[in-house]
Amino acid sequence: MAHTPAERVAVTFARVLRGAGLRVPLGSVLTFVDSLGQVGIEQRSAVYWAGRATLVRRPEDIDLYDRSFDVFWLAAGQQVQLDEEAEPLHITLAIDDDSDQPDDDASSEPNDDPTLVLRFSAAEVLRHKDFAAYTADELQMAQALMSQLRFIGPPRRSFRYRSAPRGRRPDLQATVRASLRAGGEPIQRQWRDPGQRLRRLVVLLDISGSMEPYARAMLRFVHAAVSGRQRVEAFAIGTRLTRMTKELHSRDPDTALAAASQRVHDWSGGTRLGDCMRAFNDQWGVRGMARGAIVVVLSDGWDRGDPEVLAAQMQRLQRVAYQTVWVNPLKVTPGYAPLARGMAAALPYVDAFVEGHSLAAMQELARVIASAPDRRHSQRAVTRGTLEPR
Amino acid sequence: MATLPNTPADVSHALSLHGYIPDDGLATSVFLAMTLRRPLLLEGEAGVGKTEVAKVLSRWTGGELIRLQCYEGIDVSQAVYDWDYSRQLLHLRASEATGESLGLTTNALEQQLYNERFLLKRALLQAIDHTGDTPPVLLIDEIDRADDEFEAYLLEVLSEYQITVPEIGRFSAVRPPLVILTSNRTRDVHDALKRRCLYHWVEHPDFEREVRIVRMRVPQVLDRLARQVAGAVEALRGLNLYKPPGVAETIDWAQALAALGRTELDEAVVEATLGAVLKYREDQDRTRQHGIASLVKQAFERGFQPS
Repeated sequence: MAHTPAERVAVTFARVLRGAGLRVPLGSVLTFVDSLGQVGIEQRSAVYWAGRATLVRRPEDIDLYDRSFDVFWLAAGQQVQLDEEAEPLHITLAIDDDSDQPDDDASSEPNDDPTLVLRFSAAEVLRHKDFAAYTADELQMAQALMSQLRFIGPPRRSFRYRSAPRGRRPDLQATVRASLRAGGEPIQRQWRDPGQRLRRLVVLLDISGSMEPYARAMLRFVHAAVSGRQRVEAFAIGTRLTRMTKELHSRDPDTALAAASQRVHDWSGGTRLGDCMRAFNDQWGVRGMARGAIVVVLSDGWDRGDPEVLAAQMQRLQRVAYQTVWVNPLKVTPGYAPLARGMAAALPYVDAFVEGHSLAAMQELARVIASAPDRRHSQRAVTRGTLEPR
Repeated sequence: MATLPNTPADVSHALSLHGYIPDDGLATSVFLAMTLRRPLLLEGEAGVGKTEVAKVLSRWTGGELIRLQCYEGIDVSQAVYDWDYSRQLLHLRASEATGESLGLTTNALEQQLYNERFLLKRALLQAIDHTGDTPPVLLIDEIDRADDEFEAYLLEVLSEYQITVPEIGRFSAVRPPLVILTSNRTRDVHDALKRRCLYHWVEHPDFEREVRIVRMRVPQVLDRLARQVAGAVEALRGLNLYKPPGVAETIDWAQALAALGRTELDEAVVEATLGAVLKYREDQDRTRQHGIASLVKQAFERGFQPS
């Protein structure tokens, strides 16, 4: 058990925070104990700030911290034995169950015969099948095909140099090393050139009701890109913006998507594309994440908000991004023209507009990204930044 | 400065004396960073004065300010050390010309070359290998721009305060530097690094603190104008702009007004100097839509409030 008063305070408070859903590693608690040793435990503000400095690591957590601290301080003042009675508030994340797919012949087959599922022809059928019509099993199956795809854009020049036999700059480091081998005689000159790095890929997924199956499929692709060595950022957009990057690295993508959908209230309210894009630009994109990156938006373009807002935000985004790609699964629908107001507003600021309803369409998307033209020398570089939409 | 501060209030007082007015949270974080010898990670919007903290700490403690600006692709040769290859080559040629190298084995020659005098110490190694009485202030600016690999390396350096140069050996800090890391949060800094650091989210200052900051940094501005400027900036921050003005912009603006010899805000001068506060055309447009006149009115109301 805890010994000094500072230790007791720190351990108890850490438990309250953990109960409230904050991640508090043991190392931070130890630092907190040290901090309390420095500032004392008598003053409320001293304890508060010592905890803020040692236990909180993200501004999003400050609110939760504040509320927990209020509760904790009040209880501590009343001499309640917190470490016995604190009741953790458990926050559970619902996990989406795939089994609620509409039944058809394929999925009502009993699953215990794996040979039924993997047929060669199945891959060909899947290639052109609309994602919305996929069953959970088919989605699993498609994953194998998806993992062969890579969304890799044209690389950019990095600051780092690589040695290159026919490079254009002398590589002094390698020359010295080579000359040592020859007893100090710099006989062979070595050369180097700037290395290349992959561009960041930023994916914004619309997760409103009609888009969800596509978002789910797209996320699988993104997951595949993460397991390549590309740096990928993913966000869910609905009524609000949710970052999913961390989940992509550590967890099953479906769980991540389900958790994101959980956090989106007001499904029927529809997507607020413009506001979400603004939130993305303000908090992440324009500040650095989208700079020089390839930004892919997956959405049908139905926006409940003001299309002006969306247009302005797309323009802002295009000005910093290397390439903006809009994937609209509805593009394939016969007679579809970008009638959705949001889509129409966004189109002038989109470098590539592609369909995204099937595996074949995804291959096309991968091709578009891979062959992105160098914008610095293209026509668009001149026209971008004009205010009036075409 | 020989002794450590005794309370956060000491820190607050000392920083104020040297031109930075911290709130309680920042003073406590800095106090803990100094007493626990932990790095301090400051996150916040651009222009809230994160970098300034390191500068003022250097002025206060007298420790040398060593700054490392991070960027994508930063590597060991730019952040830690590099060999001075051209001088090494020259040395080789010189020892050959004087015939000195004839009597040497390759090993001996190599030892001559990979000697500390050909070592170019970059910011991190400078901070670790510092020999003065006062520990230096190491500012690692915009860590969010660097890559993951660099963060991992940094974690190692900041845990042990040691750097190994394979050809020479290990450098250990006699007096560990006071380390300030800043991030604009364009991406999340790795958790392991965050755990190693103390953390403080820097906010825009409240009205009274901003007035004090303006008065301190731009002494030629009178109290009335300082209050009006702070009031106008506060109003601007409420306009839902792309880039709400930070303290840096407030100071710039006050300086601009001082240079123009103004003692009060009015519509014409706000219109003329708007570029000192708002750096996006869209933000300027939005402010004009909102109305410069009503902005000035808000500023006056705030400015006239008895303190």
